Amino acid sequence: MAEKKNVSRRDFLKTSGIAAGALVGGGIIGGVIGANTRQDTASTSGGEAGHSGGGGTTEAVRGLQFFKNQQEFAVLQQATERIFPEDDLGPGAIGLGVPFFIDHQLAGSYGENSKEYMQAPFEEGEATQGYQSRLKRNELFRQGLQKMQQEAQSRFEANFVDLEGEQMDEILTAFQDDEVDMQGANAQFFFRLLRQATLNGAYADPIYGGNQNMEAWRMKGFPGHQAAYINDIESEEFAEIEPHSVGDMLS
Amino acid sequence: MATTLDKVDVVTVGVGWTGGIIAAECAKEGLKVMGLERGKERSTEDYSMVHDEYRYAIRYELMQDLSKETITFRNSRNQKALPMRQLGSFLLGEGLGGAGTHWNGQTWRFLPYDFEIKSMTDAKYGANKLSSEYTLQDWGITYDELEPYFDKFEKTAGISGEDKNPFWGKRSSDYPTPAMKKTPLLSKFETATSNLGYTPFMMPSANLSEAYENPDGQQIGACQYCGFCERFGCEYGAKTSPEITVVPAARETGNYDIRFNSNVVEVMKEGDRVTGVRFIDTVTFEEFIQPAEVVVLTSYVMNNAKLLMVSEIGQMYDPETGQGSLGKNYAYQILPGASGFFEDQMNVFMGAGALGMTIDDFNGDAFDHSDLDFIHGGSISMTQTGARPIATNPLPPDTPAWGAEFKKASIENYTRTLSVGSQGASIPHRDNYLTLDGTYKDIYGMPLLQLTYNFTDQDRALHKYITERTTEIMQEMGAKTVVGRSPISDYDIVPYQTTHNTGGTIMGGDPATSVVNNYLQHWDMENLFVVGAGNFAHNGGYNPTGTVGALAYRCAEGVIKYSKDGGSLV
Repeated sequence: MAEKKNVSRRDFLKTSGIAAGALVGGGIIGGVIGANTRQDTASTSGGEAGHSGGGGTTEAVRGLQFFKNQQEFAVLQQATERIFPEDDLGPGAIGLGVPFFIDHQLAGSYGENSKEYMQAPFEEGEATQGYQSRLKRNELFRQGLQKMQQEAQSRFEANFVDLEGEQMDEILTAFQDDEVDMQGANAQFFFRLLRQATLNGAYADPIYGGNQNMEAWRMKGFPGHQAAYINDIESEEFAEIEPHSVGDMLS
Repeated sequence: MATTLDKVDVVTVGVGWTGGIIAAECAKEGLKVMGLERGKERSTEDYSMVHDEYRYAIRYELMQDLSKETITFRNSRNQKALPMRQLGSFLLGEGLGGAGTHWNGQTWRFLPYDFEIKSMTDAKYGANKLSSEYTLQDWGITYDELEPYFDKFEKTAGISGEDKNPFWGKRSSDYPTPAMKKTPLLSKFETATSNLGYTPFMMPSANLSEAYENPDGQQIGACQYCGFCERFGCEYGAKTSPEITVVPAARETGNYDIRFNSNVVEVMKEGDRVTGVRFIDTVTFEEFIQPAEVVVLTSYVMNNAKLLMVSEIGQMYDPETGQGSLGKNYAYQILPGASGFFEDQMNVFMGAGALGMTIDDFNGDAFDHSDLDFIHGGSISMTQTGARPIATNPLPPDTPAWGAEFKKASIENYTRTLSVGSQGASIPHRDNYLTLDGTYKDIYGMPLLQLTYNFTDQDRALHKYITERTTEIMQEMGAKTVVGRSPISDYDIVPYQTTHNTGGTIMGGDPATSVVNNYLQHWDMENLFVVGAGNFAHNGGYNPTGTVGALAYRCAEGVIKYSKDGGSLV
C-alpha cells in the first residue's frame, strides 16, 4: 500500500509517456476548418507538464479548494484509485489528478448544488423519485469520506489509507450495497456519486484539473476536441488521433 | 405593482421552435409579436468552445436551472409526490432556442396511423384491443391535413433525408437536402436489416448534409460530423435551430421583439378571453403585464400545462372520473434496444445527432398485432451520434461497475460497442397525468407541476417485443456478444431516458376530451393558443420535433386567421 500512496507526479509522467507513445499512431488532424486545431502541438503528448499548449497539460501548482483536512483528501485519493486503478493500460485516478478534480468541483456549483431544487420539505421517497436529501454534494462527500475512515477503524482498526486494497474494496462495497448508516443521506447514493465523480474527473477535458495530459483519453481512444471528422467518417479504418483539449482554442 | 407594457398583437411564452415559428409567420403577416423568454440570448458564437462533455452533457450547461423551478413526481396516486431535485430522466431546456438548441436533429413525421389511432385500432382489432384504462383517442386531424405543415417545417429546417421508407405517409415533395453520409457503421445495420427482409433508410436529419438557404433566406451550414450534438449547441450553425432560422426571420421583419429574462407566471383573462400575460423579470424580480390580442403558449410540455393550470383556464383532468382534459394523456417514450460487443475498434466518437439508419417495419401498424398484447411499436434505428468517454462505458454482462475489471472492460469496449434502439410509442393511461402540486413551489411562489406516471402492461409488452427484434438485428450484424435491454418495471426519474415528454394539453375534435382544437386554439378561450408536444394525444414511435414543427405552422396559420376574422376556427 505504501507505494500506492507515494505515486509521484514524476513517476506518473514517466508511465504515461510510455503509454502515450505506444498509442499514438499515424494521427489524423481534424483540420477541415483548421482554425481551432493547433497542429504544431499535436506531437507533444507525454511531454513535460507545465507548458500551456499541447492540449491540457497540467498546471505547475496543485492545491485544495474545498478540503481543509489532508486526511480526508487522502481517503478520497485512495477511494477513487480503487474505483479507477492504475494498470498496464495507464494511470489510475490519482495519476490522472481525479482527487484534485473532485476537490475543485466540490468547491463550486457542483458541490453547492446551485442548480438543484433544494427547497423544503425534505422527505424520504421511493427510489424511483430520486435523491431527496437536504445535504449538498460537498456535505455528502465530507460525511461519506469520514464514514469510510470510521468503517476502516471499526472493521480493521486502521486508517483507511493504510488498508490493503481488498479491505478498501470491502468498505466501498458496503457503501455500494447501502450497508453503512449515514446521517440525512444514504450510503448507496454517496457511492454512486463518488463513482460518477471519479469517471467525470478521469475523462473530462483536462481544463478541469483531471485527465492529466489527456492520458485517460489516450487509454480509451477518444480524441477529445477535434474540429471535424467529415473527411474521416467514411473510412473503414479505426482512426488513432492525437487528442486535443478544448483549452487549446485559447492558447 | 406590476407595470403594464404597450399592447401587442401576439405574445408568445417561450422562444424555441414553436415560439420562433409563430413569431416568424405572424410577423411576416404584419402582426406585432413579442416573445417572452425566461432564459438568455444565445447564438452560434456561444458554441465555439462547446466540445466539452463535462460542462454540457454531464453538468447540463444549457438546461433548466432547477433551483428556480422543477416538477414533482410520483409513480402512482397513492404515493406522495416529491420534487425532481436534479435533472435525470429528461432534460428541460432554457434560453433562446429552448430544447431546439440542444436537440439531436432526428426529424420525423408521425405516421398517418398515429393521428387516427383510436379509429384505426378499433376498426382493425375491435374496440377491446386495449382495456378502457388506456385513454387512447384520435387527434382531430389527419396526416393528409397536416402534410403541408410538415413540408413547410422540413423546408424551413432544410432536413436531409431520402424518401425510401414504404411505411410512412405520402410526401408532397422530397427532402430539401440529400441524406447524410452512410458510414461503415451504418452500412452494418443496413446489411443486417436487409438480410432480415426489412427496409432500411437514412434517418431524416436536421444536421444538414450540405449548406442550405431556406425559403426565409436563412443560411444553415453543412454538418462536420464532430460528434457533439445532443446536449450541445452547434458551432457551425449546421444543426438547424430556432436561433439560426425562424428567430432571425422574424426579427428581419421589424415586427418582432424578444424580451429575455422574462418568466411568465400567469395568463391574464377576462370573461371568455385572455388579455395578456403577467411575467417576472428574473434579474430585478420586477413584475410586468404584457397585454396582447392573442396569447400563444410556446414553452415546453410542462410549463404550457402549468400555465393553464395556475391561470385556471380549462377543466382539470380527474383520474377518478375521467372527466376534464387539462393534464390528461401525459405520455413518454418506450426505449427497447440491444447492444452488441464487437471484435474490432470502430470510429464511434465520430458522428452527428441524427446520423443514422432506420427501419419502420415494427412501427405503427406496419405489422399485425392480432396475436400481440399491445398496439403500435416503434422505429428501430442505429445512430452514430458521437460516443463520449464520461458517459460511454459499455460493459459486457457480469462485469463489475468499478475497479480494475471495470476499467479494462470499459476501455476495451468503448470503441467496440454498437447499439440498436427504438423510439417506442407511449400509449396514454388513465393514471398517467399532470396536475398542480399542493406542497412545493417555484421561486416565484407558484405551485410546481406534479407528474404522476408509471409504465403500463402495454409498455412492457411493446418493450419486450421490440427488444427481441433489435436483438436479432444485432446478432445479424455480427456482434460476438449481444445484450438486449432489461425488461422495464417501474418508471424511474433518476437515469436519463429521453426528453420526449408529451400530452397534458392535448388536441382533438371534442372539447370534452381535449384542451385545444386542431388549430391548437383553446376550446374555452378563442384568443389563446397552446402548441407543442403537449398537444400529442399519445406519443408515437418517433422523436417528436418534426410533428411539433408541423403543429406550430398549423397554429401560426390559426393565429393569423383568427387575427383577421376572429371566432372559433373549427
